[in-house]
Amino acid sequence: MDQTIPEVIRTVPLQYYVFFASALFAIGVTGVLVRRNAIIIFMCVELMLNAVNILLTAFSAYRADPNGQIFVFFIMAVAAAEVSVGLGIIVMIYRNFQTTDVNLLSRLKW
Amino acid sequence: MSPLFLFLSFVALLSALGVVLAKNPVHSVLFLILTFFTLSGHYLLLNAQFLAAVNIIVYAGAIMVLFLFVIMFLNLNEETEPHKPALAKFAAAIAGGSLLLILVAAMRNVNPVGYDPTSFDSQIGMVDRLGLVLFQQYALPFELASILLLAAMVGSVMLGKRETGERNF
Repeated sequence: MDQTIPEVIRTVPLQYYVFFASALFAIGVTGVLVRRNAIIIFMCVELMLNAVNILLTAFSAYRADPNGQIFVFFIMAVAAAEVSVGLGIIVMIYRNFQTTDVNLLSRLKW
Repeated sequence: MSPLFLFLSFVALLSALGVVLAKNPVHSVLFLILTFFTLSGHYLLLNAQFLAAVNIIVYAGAIMVLFLFVIMFLNLNEETEPHKPALAKFAAAIAGGSLLLILVAAMRNVNPVGYDPTSFDSQIGMVDRLGLVLFQQYALPFELASILLLAAMVGSVMLGKRETGERNF
């Protein structure tokens, strides 16, 4: 077969991808905790989803197993559905309360 | 160590921090788009061309346009941006930092098995190979995903519809 192993896969240990994805995920978690704007919180959730995506892709590419990349594809489809419904809910909340501040939307909180 | 990997990781982490730290929501969205482009670069380095293209089309193209549209539609800017008290921000940063610390400490001595030179296949990320797997092994989940997208579309249209009366739920 006419294939060469990509340079990144030869030179970068798989562990570095684990660290990179962990850092991205931790930044996403911090963002969810720090911000109060519902839209920004939503974007930080996307950040966490993407951290998982890059990790799945890295393992899939290193182990030459296409199932991981199929899974990433399904994660993207679910994320697209989630974003459309979530932003619809946020727009509706804004129409009712004129705010996207999550601290003011605490009626369901014990 | 590939310099391109280091560069892309560095830019991705910096722009991810930018998403969290930017005062203006529009800047957050732009930083997030930059993050997605660097992640697409990562996919290209890993020879996952299909995912790189889908990432740019779906995430940077469709989802981020939706975010940007909603932010501009609601007219959110630096003045309307709510802030948590400094103590809560500090506690959140500590919590996120501890999570990173725990993840790194747990993974530090783990050595995942790398590539296997004898059975390595660099072509698995190509569209034709992934398409074969997707439509043979994963045909049912693929169709279910289309139902999910249809349900999401109907749901968001129903949520976005304005109803008569003072409060519209």
